[in-house]
Amino acid sequence: MGRQVYEAIVDGILGGGIYALMAVGLTLIFGVLDIINIAQGILVVLGAYLSYALSVHLHIDLFVGLLITVPAMFVIGVAIQWLFIRPLRGRERTSMSLLAAYAVALIIEGILYRLFGPTYVVLKASYVTSSVHLFGFYLPYIYLYGFALAVACVAALYLLLYRTRFGRSVRATMQNQTAARLVGIDVNRVAAVTFGIGVAVTAVGGMMFGATSGGFNPNSGYDLISRLLAIIILGGLGSIGGALAAAVFMTTAEALVDIWSPDWAVVVFYVALVLVLTLRPAGLFGRGPARAQ
Amino acid sequence: MTDRAWRPAGALAFLVVLAVFPQVFTNATVSTIAVDTLIFAAAAVAWNIFSGYTGYISLGHAVFFGAGAYTVGIAARAWHTNGDAVFVLLVPAAAVAGGLAVPLGLIALRVRRHTFVVITIAFFFIAQLTATNLSVTGGSSGILAPSPNWEAATFNDPFYYVALGLLVLVTAGSWLIRRSRFGLQLRAIRDDEDRAAGLGVRTMPVKLTAFVISAVVTGVAGGLWFFFIGQAIPQFAFDPLFDLSVVVMAFFGGLGTISGPVLGALVIEPAQQWLTLQYSNEYLSEILLGALFLLVIIGLPRGVIPTAAELVAKFRARRQAVPGAAAGDMAAGAAAGAADGDADGEEARAAREAAREAGR
Repeated sequence: MGRQVYEAIVDGILGGGIYALMAVGLTLIFGVLDIINIAQGILVVLGAYLSYALSVHLHIDLFVGLLITVPAMFVIGVAIQWLFIRPLRGRERTSMSLLAAYAVALIIEGILYRLFGPTYVVLKASYVTSSVHLFGFYLPYIYLYGFALAVACVAALYLLLYRTRFGRSVRATMQNQTAARLVGIDVNRVAAVTFGIGVAVTAVGGMMFGATSGGFNPNSGYDLISRLLAIIILGGLGSIGGALAAAVFMTTAEALVDIWSPDWAVVVFYVALVLVLTLRPAGLFGRGPARAQ
Repeated sequence: MTDRAWRPAGALAFLVVLAVFPQVFTNATVSTIAVDTLIFAAAAVAWNIFSGYTGYISLGHAVFFGAGAYTVGIAARAWHTNGDAVFVLLVPAAAVAGGLAVPLGLIALRVRRHTFVVITIAFFFIAQLTATNLSVTGGSSGILAPSPNWEAATFNDPFYYVALGLLVLVTAGSWLIRRSRFGLQLRAIRDDEDRAAGLGVRTMPVKLTAFVISAVVTGVAGGLWFFFIGQAIPQFAFDPLFDLSVVVMAFFGGLGTISGPVLGALVIEPAQQWLTLQYSNEYLSEILLGALFLLVIIGLPRGVIPTAAELVAKFRARRQAVPGAAAGDMAAGAAAGAADGDADGEEARAAREAAREAGR
């Protein structure tokens, strides 16, 4: 039992790193554009399929393939923002953009079904199947590599946001769009690039998800987005650190419940979310009423 | 105004058309789509009573739809209900959906905007997972409806008329609520909740009441749908597409209007059904459906009814404002009056501006 708990905690932390990466993209998009990109789940699946196509047809290594899939997902993200999110105006903009993202998700799901069919696929590589003996139990290499990459990506995002000029304009836009515009920030460009970055991380998240989830198909997007939404709300919308903490917390809780009931393990996500919000409506790291509204 | 006299007559004529529809079109495919459309229309009007009037966008109404479906299924199995008597089970379906809405509403209505939307999505996934994991709901293989014993030729008719009855009731309810003090409170919450609270609206009970009313009707719609389709499995009773469809229907017609959701359902549900029939194996229906939704959202952001009302108001204002500048005020009043029926403050304001311009 003690051993199982120990394993579950390690699993949870390593898995949490991957979810954290996907959730950071989502919370970043929320912070800047004030919309929930409900297509993030299916975009992760799209990223996974891109890696799959590259490795199966062109025999490109999963990690090397990221050099192609990350820019590709960035372009897709910018295109979605430009075509479907930007034109929305008026009082109902927030809910409209949510619906637009939902419709985009539906289209991507249909395209993936047409291209790849409903059969489950897995990403294969030597480091997915072979394990390393660590702290007394076996762990597939991919978890370690994946976790390291997730940490590196989050660190890179952090540096981008807090140490560059572009990052400063992103944070300014997150704080107050009108004021940012007044001091000369091109808010439209910031929004498009942020959306692109938020989607680009799904290429990395998707690759890792495809290699560690034990199989995915175009329908996997629903499960993913529901978890990601739970994570960013729990962490407090727009809070990057909150998303990281919530991701690790959620996956660990899920792995622990999984020991006694795999069926109900997934529900933990939502039950935790509901419980936390009952006590703290702004989420664990929320910024109080201004954001919580 | 002629407008006022015209409206009930139009509604009555429309109702007559709906009432004779299954007598004229007896084709089974057509009447199946018609029943589906009426059920969705009722669900869209119900969704609009809560989300349209309060501005709290719920993406989790499938919870109540599915709860209604499973309630009818479980009750029919437990009490060995058959034939017409199954329709009586819509009463427990309503009760269960309404009962479920109270705790869910108490939790979700504490937060606003995005957080509220996401919480409703979370409820949706909890409901779907629960239905999959419990034995009383039949797990992933779901639950079967008792097969009705009525004649094959007019098989869809009982469903059609019950669905039509539900639609008429909920639309009348929506109209009454919109005219009432309660409806005014709901729309005050939509425009500015804090100010509404400051002016003495007890926001929580008001929001919760609307949420429960909306859930009750959605539950009845779900129960009816289950009896009609004949089976409920977790993915279809709690269908993410249901959430999206109902919202897009309301948006298409006009959020917060009375006839908007009905119009939206009449256009979108048949289109959706037709696409599914046409392309279901190719997954093309999903792509086309998404494209249709995008078209509605980007092309008609405010919905058909408010846009049309505004156009009519502008047109009238222009005609009446011809004599000169002095007529401007009068035209403004008339335009505002014309816009105020189904459309909202915003439209009325737009119309007034249009009238002012015309008067110049």
